[in-house]
Amino acid sequence: MEKVILVRYGEIILKGLNRPMFEDRLIKNIKQSLYGLGKISVRRSQARIFIEPRQDDFDFENAVTRLVNVMGIISVSIVWKIKTDFEEIKKHSVEMVRNYMTKLNRHAAAKGPMRMKETSEASVGFKVEAKRGNKNFPIQSPEICRQLGGYLLKNVPGLKVDVHDPDFIFYVEVRDSTYIYCDIIPAFGGLPVGTSGKAMLLLSGGIDSPVAGWMMAKRGMELEAVHFHTYPYTSERAKDKVIALARILSRYCHRIRLHIVPFTEIQLDINDKCPEEHLTVLMRRAMMKISEKIAAENGAKALITGESLGQVASQTVEAIAVTNEAVRMPVFRPLIGMDKNEVIETARRIDTYETSILPYEDCCTVFVAKHPKTRPGLEEIKELEGRLSLDAMIERAIADTETVVIGE
Amino acid sequence: MGSEIYLDNSSTTRQYDEVTSLMATIASTKYGNPSSLHTKGIEAERLVSASRETIADLLGVRPSEVYFTSGGTESNNLAIIGYLEANPRKGRHIITTSIEHPSVLEVFRHLGSRGWSVDFLDVDEKGRILTGQLEEKIRPDTALISIVLVNNETGTIQDIEEISSIRDSLNPQTVIHADAVQAFGKITLYPVRAGIDLMSVSSHKIHGPKGVGALYVSAKVRINPLFYGGGQETLLRSGTENVPGIAGFGLAASMTTEKIDESFRKAVGLRELLISELASSDISYCVNSPDDALPHIVNISFENVRAEVLLHHLEQRGIFVSTGSACSSHKKSRSHVLTAMGIAPELIDGAIRFSFSNQNTEDEIRLTVDALKDIIPVIDISRKKRPGRK
Repeated sequence: MEKVILVRYGEIILKGLNRPMFEDRLIKNIKQSLYGLGKISVRRSQARIFIEPRQDDFDFENAVTRLVNVMGIISVSIVWKIKTDFEEIKKHSVEMVRNYMTKLNRHAAAKGPMRMKETSEASVGFKVEAKRGNKNFPIQSPEICRQLGGYLLKNVPGLKVDVHDPDFIFYVEVRDSTYIYCDIIPAFGGLPVGTSGKAMLLLSGGIDSPVAGWMMAKRGMELEAVHFHTYPYTSERAKDKVIALARILSRYCHRIRLHIVPFTEIQLDINDKCPEEHLTVLMRRAMMKISEKIAAENGAKALITGESLGQVASQTVEAIAVTNEAVRMPVFRPLIGMDKNEVIETARRIDTYETSILPYEDCCTVFVAKHPKTRPGLEEIKELEGRLSLDAMIERAIADTETVVIGE
Repeated sequence: MGSEIYLDNSSTTRQYDEVTSLMATIASTKYGNPSSLHTKGIEAERLVSASRETIADLLGVRPSEVYFTSGGTESNNLAIIGYLEANPRKGRHIITTSIEHPSVLEVFRHLGSRGWSVDFLDVDEKGRILTGQLEEKIRPDTALISIVLVNNETGTIQDIEEISSIRDSLNPQTVIHADAVQAFGKITLYPVRAGIDLMSVSSHKIHGPKGVGALYVSAKVRINPLFYGGGQETLLRSGTENVPGIAGFGLAASMTTEKIDESFRKAVGLRELLISELASSDISYCVNSPDDALPHIVNISFENVRAEVLLHHLEQRGIFVSTGSACSSHKKSRSHVLTAMGIAPELIDGAIRFSFSNQNTEDEIRLTVDALKDIIPVIDISRKKRPGRK
């Protein structure tokens, strides 16, 4: 018996002639994510990937935790690879199901005495699902299910058959070797990071932008990020917070180059020369222009923002139109149609929420107008921009930008 | 230090070099566990005892009345919770002020949620409690009064002798806990004379190490521990003693107290200089600390300024101050102390606390005021409204 990890991937199967490119990238990303856990070999077979440790003390749990964050993976299972021989299959199945039952009971115990009582007195419902890829194997799938189910029922105490609402499913895949497992751990799906080019994420310290970045990473984009820092109007801690957020994001896309742009000069100049109600839109336009330049310098082909329609005054369709006009690069706004609570839910799922709600202000909250204009006119904004020596200030800001590589 | 100007000594202080080297020596040579039977243990135990004697001596109390803790927060918790738990029949009513440090305020709120009857005394515009209100509140079942001797945000000093004489006449059974974390080492304090039964002090506010403090517990008062275990500190504080820290605390306490009068006069000078320099500038400000506050703490509101923005601009020039109380400045709320004193919200938003130690100099104060003169016009939030702009 050999313990291996089975990785399933979905959408990239559809990619026709590009499929090998997607698969190679996925394998590369898998290897990168498992780096440091020990020697492995990664093998592709019939639209799935098998990860076979080449050392005894391989940390399977840790590997699974990392793999579920690799974009492009649909789900992961820790499986036993055994000889395709029905006696062998029966023997190992009993052992695996026994182990699994112990684990179930432990989990139930952790949830409280009531649950433990339930599972120890009543039996645990299960069913067997068999796939016979190897047509030389003499027993057909339904018959494998029936015979193996009966055998397990007889040899593992506390089980009952429940084909409609089982507590767990026991899977048997008969191929050249046979694979058995009880758990399918879902991952995020999507496309392997790096197969959809690179984009520049405008990363504030808030809840939205990390989620926006994650969503585009899920669609296979490699990320770089830009953050605007208004020290000494805000705390150095605002910067630490953004670095912490980028570090969490890097779990999903391996590595992020974070560009920290000093924005104070521009912010103050806008503040001094333009009416308060237009501050936000002018600031957003300057940020977009800087981001586009940094994106172009670093091979990124699009910008990503965390805007969501109507969430704040600068996110009305009119304000977005004016902001958008500042750049020519495509701007991806994956949150545009999401409600705040959906964004928060995702932020919790990807673990950025707790960091995002730390109180350190970024520039947006210090320089904020009481009543920003919700329907700014492009002509008026451009006229105001004319009062600023924006190009020179943008150049200085980019020259003084500090770049941190996160996640290596 | 060079160009650093550290005016945040009520948050914490720079540890004396002598304390640092003493602690390093102890950590590497006298590393025994005071509970051990062998000589390494005895050696360590002697260090703890010597420090206890020093602290006791400085407070005019017996060494057996001094218990070492991990600092002010633990001392405050131990005093209040430990006393109430050990004396369940002394009553279910407790009194404190509305300007306490969170380590007292939160304990009272917690007890309030557990069925204790809790009163928070109001303060006047100087931050002093209203003694008339205290007289009204003391009841036959008042178990404990907890008072902050020197407020950490404004330096307001409470008249503890008056408070204890009110207690003596209305309910002598009530014990008084004094949070002396900001007072210790700055004003001479004798708990017995002041009628204090329990008193918390901390090491890192007087150039000692962080993570050490002490609680004075009068021999007449019985309290329960918060932690159970090996029974160190006469059963009141289990856990292996922080020997280097306790020894460092003892040294810092005697070094600080040796110069207590000189330091006080120096702080008065620094405070007067700061205020007179501000008065002769164009800066609009008002001093929130009362005139008779501890001179080491000066709370000043700058008009049309956001305190945090000012703090970061000062920090950029190597000048370190605080907005409100550092312990709660990461919560986005206005100072509960300044609010209780009735200061307008706009002024609270511009409030900066300067806090001095004996290590500060007059030059540093002048440089600080020069920096304020440069910074404030730039960050003034009303400047856009001036004619000619926009």
